[in-house]
Parts: sequence; structure tokens; C-alpha cells
Amino acid sequence: MTNLNTILTVAYRDLLKFLRDRPRIVASFVFPFVVILFLGESLDASIGKAMGYDFKLFVFTGVYTQTLFQSAMMGIISLLDDRDNDFSQEIFVSPVSRYAIIVGKILGESLVAMAQGIGLLAFGILIVIASDANISLSQGLGLIPVGFVACLLGGSFGMFILPRLSSRRIADQIFPFLILPQYFLAGVFTPFENQPRFISALSVISPMRYAVDLTRGIFYHGTSDFSRIVLERPLLNSAVMVGMFGLFLVSGTLLFVREERNR
Amino acid sequence: MPPSIEVQHLVKRYKKGDRNAVDDVSFTVEPGQLFALLGPNGAGKTTIVSILTTTLTPTSGRASILGLDVATQASQVRRKVGIIFQNPSLDLNLTAEENIRLHATLYGLYPFRPTYAAMPDTYRQEVKRLADIIGLGSDVFKPMKQFSGGMKRKLEIIRSLIHSPKVLFLDEPTIGLDPASRRNLWEYLTTVRNGNGMTIFLTTHYLEEAEQSDMICIINQGKVAAYGTPEALKAQLVAQSYLLVDSADREGLRTELTRAALPFEETPRFKISLASQSAQQIIRRIETPLSLVKTHIPTLEDAYLSIVDNDND
Repeated sequence: MTNLNTILTVAYRDLLKFLRDRPRIVASFVFPFVVILFLGESLDASIGKAMGYDFKLFVFTGVYTQTLFQSAMMGIISLLDDRDNDFSQEIFVSPVSRYAIIVGKILGESLVAMAQGIGLLAFGILIVIASDANISLSQGLGLIPVGFVACLLGGSFGMFILPRLSSRRIADQIFPFLILPQYFLAGVFTPFENQPRFISALSVISPMRYAVDLTRGIFYHGTSDFSRIVLERPLLNSAVMVGMFGLFLVSGTLLFVREERNR
Repeated sequence: MPPSIEVQHLVKRYKKGDRNAVDDVSFTVEPGQLFALLGPNGAGKTTIVSILTTTLTPTSGRASILGLDVATQASQVRRKVGIIFQNPSLDLNLTAEENIRLHATLYGLYPFRPTYAAMPDTYRQEVKRLADIIGLGSDVFKPMKQFSGGMKRKLEIIRSLIHSPKVLFLDEPTIGLDPASRRNLWEYLTTVRNGNGMTIFLTTHYLEEAEQSDMICIINQGKVAAYGTPEALKAQLVAQSYLLVDSADREGLRTELTRAALPFEETPRFKISLASQSAQQIIRRIETPLSLVKTHIPTLEDAYLSIVDNDND
């Protein structure tokens, strides 16, 4: 009960902060629209026809998952802001489990990311309606829970990286190197096929790949496009994601707490 | 009853440090005491507070709060202490009430609720009472960004007391506050302390704040330079007490003091040490009409500066 109290308290604070940050809300809505609108249209016109399926939908599912994953991951960096602003001291001197604090932080940033994803989801529905894809309502709604799972994985991945970063400045420099390659390794914008062996090997250790593939596995379930787009079965993706989440959460929290106390 | 705080041979060396930030420090704070830890910037005061409040691990030595080891019983220690950090630790994105609610739920005093209205009656009454104490009234629902420095500090103190800590750590709590806010804050703390007998551990640069403490520990370059009551520390400097006199007939006074074998120093006024005799004994021996009679008794600030200067030499 105490841990649940802590998780909800920490998570709610992050959500509240987001809802009061108007520039951040606007920016988080505009950027994915621009990506889907311009990149999706452009790719659809150039290679979409050759692929034989609606490329805008393909890009939408990729960008939707990547946005949620990345948003939750980047949100975890705010722990560094808290530390710089000395607010984390208030949280970390409270008599609660460090794991509960970190789970609360991941949950909070996941809720923030989901709030950002609502606009994107509405945009996706318009794309589905405009396309001739045979996507049912339940498949569309399936994007909500699967998106949340992507957030949790992104948040835990951020936590895994965080203890190795000493400041916000270093985090801002390092995170693009961890995120940008995953756009390609996860096949966010383009299908992941016929890749060199080392790229395929790197793709296997890219957490975003499993999140994006799970989203597409749910979204295209039962359609003729499933076998052409989805890389692995949703069950396998889910199992890998659960394993990664546990690994990232436990090792990230242990290291973070140790680094904070053993300065 | 165990001491409120017990520190034995505490050592802390930071990973990137080339010397010990805290070097073999030992002291004891008894229940109900106001204990002041003094020292120049970088002396190790905040490091000691961080170790005692479990946010930093010591390199060696032992520290305990109410008999609980800070390294191995950290969670239990955290329940017993309240902390006011050197730098404000409020979330400026939240309102004052939300900051209080966050603290109260983290300490398990109330269940989590997303709004003030959904919180139990007891909580809402407590917030109203606290808001009245610090003169916030309904401003308690306004964002923290709109608050003055003094008000923020006061809110932090109130927040840290919600869970009724047995030991309160104040790490330079009045830094950056104007004199009125400082006085106001100390009046409030004195009231609280008189009310519940809480132990207070204070680090400060303001010597007049430390003057009212029961025990003082002065640290310099990580080591204990002096330890005792304010009176005991000042007593070490009794040799620095002096009588300052002057006269319109300065030549006459000079001759008289020399003839009476009273050692003096012209600064340009006549400074006579009170180390071996009282002011009254000296004045009784002077017949030259005096235009100035003034005694100087060392203050805690004199004691502090003397101890730190001697230590650095």
C-alpha cells in the first residue's frame, strides 16, 4: 500500500507538471504531425507503391510508438533536473522504497507520453479512415495499451542509461546517439529488411524495435499486410519487452541509487 | 535513551576528491539540544548533513540517529528526521498545498488523492492551520513561483515538520533571507522547539544564530577545530578581553599607565588587557580624567575567527 502510494504520488507530480507546461504540450503535438504528414506522404509517394501497402499507416504506427517510447525515455532525464534543482533530495530523503520512486517516475513519464500520444492517435484515426486499409476499431483501440507498454519500456530504458550520465548537458549530448540509430534499427520509417548482418545484430538489441514491432503486430493483426510488415510474433515481442523492462528497471535503479549515495 | 545524533570517527572522501571532505569527525548531540555546526565554506558541513540524512554514504566511521545506523538502517532513520536543505527543495511547478501534499503522502501520513478536495478532512484542516501559521491564507493554493524567498523557506520548514520528526536538520536555513524574515523564522522554530522538545541540528554562517545553541562544533578543512558550549568556546578567548580608555591629556595618561606598570597598546586609543585583572581594578588606579571607557568581551564570532585562523596557520 505504501509503495502504491509512493508510485501514484511521484507519477501524478509528473503528469501535473506536463499539464501546466503549455509550450511543451504544443511542441509534443506538432512535431509528430509534421513527421507523419511530410515524411509519410513523401515515402508513400516514392516507395510506398512498390511495397504494396499503405505506407502512411506504416509510418504512423512507427512514429506513434517511437514518439511514446522516446518521450518517456527523455522524461526520465528530468530526474537530473530534479537533482540540479535539489528537488530530488526531498523525494530521496523520504522513507519510501527507491524502486517505488523510480517506478512512479517511469509511470508518470509514461502517462505524460500517453497524453502527448492522444493527438497523434486522433491523427492516426483520420489516416485509417482516409485509407482503404481493413483496420477494425478494436485494432485501432489496441494502440492505446500497446502504446502504454512502449512508454514503460522507453522509461525503463531511460532509467538504465541515466546513472551513467552526470548532468543534463551530457544527457542531451548522449541521448541522440542512443535514439537516432534506433529509428532505423526499429524500422520506424522504413521496413527493416535485407539489412547487413551487423545492422541486423544491432537491431536485435534495440529496445525500440520490439515496441514498434509489437504495435504493428497488434495493429495489423488479422490483415493481409501482417506477414509483410510484422517481424516477430506479438507474444515474442511482449516477452522480450518484459525481460528488458525488468533488467533496465532493476539495474538502473540500483546503479542510480548507488551513484547518488557514493559520490 | 540513545543520543539524538552520535558521530564517531566519520570520514568522507568524494570519488573525485584529493583530500577527505570530512576527516575523523566525532561528536554527540543529546535529545532536545540545539546543536550548531559551524565552519567556513567547503569545511564539510553539508557533507556531514548529507551523511546524517542518509543521502550520502560515509567512507568510514559510524553515524547514528536515535541509535539507528545511518548506513544500514537508512529507511528507519528517514522516518525520524526532517530536513531543510541548503538550497530550496520545493517544486516550483506546484502550488504550496501540492508541495505539502506530496510530502505528506510520501511520508505515508495520508493516502494519495489527485486533488485537495479529495483529501481527508484532517489533512485539509491541517493545511489551513499551517497556512494560517505562515500567513499564507488562501495563497497556499497559488504556484510557488509567486512566493518570496522567506515564505518559501517557511513553507519548507512547515513541510519538514508535518511528519513530527524527532531530529530536524537545518542546513544554512536563513541564507539569502532579509533580517526580518530571519527573525520571523527563528521565532517560529523556537516556538516549535519549546512545544515538542525536538532536537535541532543547525549549520549556519550567522554566528548570532549559533549563539543560542546548547553545543557548538566548529569544523575546518573537514576536521573538528573546536567543540563545546558557546560560553566554553568564548572562555578560551578570555585573554582577548580588553579595556579601551582615552583622555584629552593623552601624555598624562600614557605616563600614568607606564608608572602604574599597566601594559597597554596605543591603537591609537589605550588598549589594556583584561587577562589578569578586572576593568574596575584598572580604572581605580587611573587618576587622569578619562574621555572614553569601553570594555571588549570576545563574542562567539571572535572565538570562531580565532579558532579557524589558528587552525589554518
